[in-house]
Amino acid sequence: MSRALHRLLMPALVALLLPWGALHADDAAPVASDPALEARVQKLGEELRCLVCQNQNIADSHADLALDLKKQLREQIAAGRTDDEIKTYMVERYGDFVLYRPPLKATTVLLWAGPFVLLGAVAFALLRRLRTRAVRAAAANTLSADEHARARALLNGEEKQV
Amino acid sequence: MNRFLWPLGIFVVLAGFLFAGLYLNPREVPSPLIGKPVPAFSAPQLADPGKTFSPADMKGKVWLVNVWASWCVSCRQEHPLLVELGKSGVVPMIGLHYKDERDAGLKWLAQHGDPYLLSAHDRDGRVAIDFGVYGTPETFIVDKAGVIRYKHTGPLTPEKLRDDILPRVKQLEAAT
Repeated sequence: MSRALHRLLMPALVALLLPWGALHADDAAPVASDPALEARVQKLGEELRCLVCQNQNIADSHADLALDLKKQLREQIAAGRTDDEIKTYMVERYGDFVLYRPPLKATTVLLWAGPFVLLGAVAFALLRRLRTRAVRAAAANTLSADEHARARALLNGEEKQV
Repeated sequence: MNRFLWPLGIFVVLAGFLFAGLYLNPREVPSPLIGKPVPAFSAPQLADPGKTFSPADMKGKVWLVNVWASWCVSCRQEHPLLVELGKSGVVPMIGLHYKDERDAGLKWLAQHGDPYLLSAHDRDGRVAIDFGVYGTPETFIVDKAGVIRYKHTGPLTPEKLRDDILPRVKQLEAAT
């Protein structure tokens, strides 16, 4: 009984699995066909944000839109467009947000300069603080003539400790 | 005293930023297309593949573009509102049937109602890329000169329609 079932099911299973193998071979085809183009798609895709899954880039994402945009990249690269032209194409449609490295302009100045301004401000505050502390310490270190004499006496062991 | 107040102050400022951030919508990406001419395209009509639609056909009218698909769950959410809007005839609306099969789209419209003047069939999503579509549904307002004036990403709500969409449409219609 079970062997008969086995004999019946196996071909069906194999038949089910075969087209899958064929499908996957189909998926992988563009990579094999032109590795240089695929490398550029990958490199550009890493610079572009997938807007559906916002913390992923297009190269990594398998979202529908990311796949479509990768297709766009492939076609435009094949058509001989430069990286800058393709980025401009994307920005015209999706805005600067699509770039992982936003351009420097009036609205993004704070983004680019902010960390350095903050670092500068903190460094300035720290320096000032250290300097006032040094001055205060120096002031505290100066001894009057009396204290000097006493210190010398102490060091020479001429005065008994209290 | 001062040295304890400083960290507290910094903490309060940071907490304020983070709290405000909780109520921002990261999916609302400002569209660079606002103020730009509507992308030129020509796509087959959903109901009649023999005919095509092009934005030039709508020149001289204020109109809406609504991106939808039968697989899009949030489209279903906003759809009753669109059907109502379609019935009112306030503003013509063109559907952009996005990455979907023709049959599925037609069946969906038959089932849920068709508020569109017509739908353009964007089977491979190319037209939508030109519109910068990244999340269905999306709704655009196009003015008489064919310039995109407003974009909303995500399902429309009655409030959004009443407060943002319709006043803009009225204003653009009044402009010559």
